[in-house]
Amino acid sequence: MKAAVVVFPGSNCDRDVERAIRESLKIKVEMVWHEKEKFDEQPDLVVLPGGYSYGDYLRSGAIAARSPIIKAVREHADRGGLLLGICNGFQILTETKMLPGTLLPNTSLTFICRECYVRVEQTDNKFTSELNNKEVLQFPIAHHEGLFFLPEGELKKLEDSGRVVFRYADPETGKAGAEFAPNGALNGIAGICNEKGNILGLMPHPERATIAHLNGGTDGNRFWDSIARTFTERGTC
Amino acid sequence: MDFKSAGLSESEYIRIIKILEREPNFLETQLIGVMWSEHCSYKSTKRLLKTYPSEGKYVLQGQGENAGVVDMGEGWGFAFKAESHNHPSAVAPFQGAATGVGGIIRDIIAMGARPSVSMDGLFLGDPSLKKTQNLSKGIVEGIGAYGNAVGVPIVGGKTFYSPCYNENPLVNAFSSGFVRLDKMASSQTAKKGDLAVILGSKTGRDGIAGASFASRELDENAKSSKPQIQIGDPFEEKLLIDCCMDLLSEKLIASMQDMGAAGILSSSSEIAHKSGCGIDITVENIPLREEGMAPWEIFLSESQERMLLIVETENLEQVFTMAAHYDLDCAVVGVMTDPDRYRIYDKGELIADLPTSILGDAPEIFWPSAEPANMEERASLNSSNLICNNPGKDLLSVISCANGRSKHEIWEQYDSMVQLHTIAGPGNPVAVVEVPDTDRACLLTMEAEPNKCWTDPYMGAAETMALSLRGLWIAGAEVLGMTNCLNFASPEAPEKFYELEQCIKGLADTCRSLDCPVVSGNVSLYNETASGQIQPTPLVVTAGLLIDRRKRLVSGNAMTGDSLYLVGDLCGSLGASRYQVMKEGKPSGKTVEPNHKKEKAFRERALKTAADGIASSARAIAGGGLAAALANEAIASDKGFCIDFAPSSSNEEVLFSEGGARAIYAVPDANKETFEKMWGGFPFVKIGTVSGDAFKWEGFFNIPLTILKKAFTEGNS
Repeated sequence: MKAAVVVFPGSNCDRDVERAIRESLKIKVEMVWHEKEKFDEQPDLVVLPGGYSYGDYLRSGAIAARSPIIKAVREHADRGGLLLGICNGFQILTETKMLPGTLLPNTSLTFICRECYVRVEQTDNKFTSELNNKEVLQFPIAHHEGLFFLPEGELKKLEDSGRVVFRYADPETGKAGAEFAPNGALNGIAGICNEKGNILGLMPHPERATIAHLNGGTDGNRFWDSIARTFTERGTC
Repeated sequence: MDFKSAGLSESEYIRIIKILEREPNFLETQLIGVMWSEHCSYKSTKRLLKTYPSEGKYVLQGQGENAGVVDMGEGWGFAFKAESHNHPSAVAPFQGAATGVGGIIRDIIAMGARPSVSMDGLFLGDPSLKKTQNLSKGIVEGIGAYGNAVGVPIVGGKTFYSPCYNENPLVNAFSSGFVRLDKMASSQTAKKGDLAVILGSKTGRDGIAGASFASRELDENAKSSKPQIQIGDPFEEKLLIDCCMDLLSEKLIASMQDMGAAGILSSSSEIAHKSGCGIDITVENIPLREEGMAPWEIFLSESQERMLLIVETENLEQVFTMAAHYDLDCAVVGVMTDPDRYRIYDKGELIADLPTSILGDAPEIFWPSAEPANMEERASLNSSNLICNNPGKDLLSVISCANGRSKHEIWEQYDSMVQLHTIAGPGNPVAVVEVPDTDRACLLTMEAEPNKCWTDPYMGAAETMALSLRGLWIAGAEVLGMTNCLNFASPEAPEKFYELEQCIKGLADTCRSLDCPVVSGNVSLYNETASGQIQPTPLVVTAGLLIDRRKRLVSGNAMTGDSLYLVGDLCGSLGASRYQVMKEGKPSGKTVEPNHKKEKAFRERALKTAADGIASSARAIAGGGLAAALANEAIASDKGFCIDFAPSSSNEEVLFSEGGARAIYAVPDANKETFEKMWGGFPFVKIGTVSGDAFKWEGFFNIPLTILKKAFTEGNS
């Protein structure tokens, strides 16, 4: 599997996600500057990392969504390639309309960085197919705009089509929902995918739950492993 | 010439005329005035700071650079420094605190290091006051807004409340970074003919003469000082970091300096002075944010997110290319010349011509020192007010009061995990990060004990320093060095100067005896308003190294069945302890007498205990005494403690006294004998076991863990 991380000016989790994937899956990860118009080598997985692209002085992700590289990112996804947006990357995906919805400021109106738990809500996509349905994972969060929002009708459509992939959860009871969302996200939504299941956006940071001796736990490895196994099993690796 | 508005005294002005053998012009007077301000020149404290021990086997760069650098091994240096941003934060809390974070990060860049870890020391007023709450909210949001966006994790800090900070809060920003030894940068390596390049933001009218602003008391009209406040842009700073790291790795920078206080003036004159060069600067080449700025405004502007790079001519094109890649402004503004000339040209006209040395060597001031008249009163303890009749209730108060409770509401607003190297973040007694690509860990402690420094400046400072060392020793770390931020009132009052002098002596003596070199620091004076002065507030950050991070002895990991030990004296002092201040409303009574022999004996055993891995968990006894240390350890370990130890001293002394080399250890049964042997020759006593789901102390209290946790996390407000 080949992976690439897009670097926008102001991205600050680009090196982190590169390291996490490299160490977890033992593969080389290409870093791609946002001004490029295409990838040197066609990757299987493209990651839009967390951070404050362009300072996020407008709406989070709004300017990055208009970067030169986005055209290539879109083509990659159109071809069925895997596209993962984490935190600011998720915000960029909603700004490009590759994923529905928007990320509003947390209900606390403060930045929140802490341990957090999400439940796997569906496994019929290219990212979580090797995870257990309803399995609870510990991924840290760190964001100011993480309240997932969609108007009621569209939210119902998203839920009905089973595109909610991660929901904030309680690790003790395994229950998931709005009451466990640290940020006020509607229905406790932490991550969603597109209809084809090859684009995933999530607010929590799996890369911060990857390196065993650091303080974020190791559940991220299950996530990276699931992505890699999707490839192996389909023989595209 | 109006030298007073430039902040100069008459005798200073006469001295200038003597050196120049003429009167300085307006611009020159302004330039010298700022460079001779307390903030830039340390003229009141220089001779005191010289008493710090600066040598140590791990010191690669001591005081005198943008930041100190210590050796972390395997080719890694660790640059670190703490700096105050007090006055700006008092006037504009959000921007003041934010630009404090940005400023200290640029000091780290200037050493060639990628900024890796930040911490913050906040000293706030009475937490029940609306004013304190507003200041606190603005300061915390400002730190978060900058730190989170620029992508440097805030892994710990210190928050301390006292009414003495009601009008004058303190914001001390610490930052640090790892640097490959062959990529270290310096502000002393410019050569004649090299070009001076400004990289980053354009220069505007923000923060003009902030250095002079920070060199006097905050007056009634401090709000009118708003133009002296800078506005931060963390996005620009992030690009600046990335660009500088790329330039350094390509070895395109000959020398560099951040632009902090007194902006272009201080950075260019310092680099010239330290490198033994002169410099010619051309005003019209400096990129400006607004039109019509006078030369003095341009030179004193403290616009943020700018670096001064010294570049060899043949590398210039590559520097421009790199700057363009990051969309950063970049302009050649000057050239290094013959020694000791600082010249400014405006469209060919020479408008300032000074010896560089006059800017770099402000005359020292020797303020008189006098022991405060009320020292005896401060130091005396009225024990009849301190009797503890309800230990359970008092313990809950001690861990739920503003200074005792969890600060998670603050640190959860900071990204403590970005850069993927945080091993132990906020909420731990010691912050721990990995040294890149190694099995090593860098450990940091930040301490301040303003109440103890008030009742006895020497002993309070000594205890502050020792406390920061004990945390590292317990974790098993070798001490590499410390940085400090000295926050004091006006040095012009002899009693205040005495406090400053004694605190520095306390820090210096402790550092010298306990082998901790001082590698960098900052002094912030004039922290006072019409309504009062702050208590002496030296803040220290000490860095330690673990060669094998797996050998770290952690806190909050006590295991069911472990034996609990108290090592060190049974009691410290109630003087200026959290308990004493809680009972009496203001600090009184001295802390413990420094005892370096005892500290060394403690160090030896603590290091061995960690290295041999014979304890599950340990914690130094600090604020709130033995009872709070046990409570905090029980909460962090999520385990009940059962203490069956019947002490012979008074309740309050056993439970809540502070100070001295003391700690608690949780030791598995199998290692008890080894542990006791290891601590032979040092006072220790087994006080209980880890069991149940309550913190139970025979004869004192039996508090369910849930109640203990609630008090600690939610506080008493």
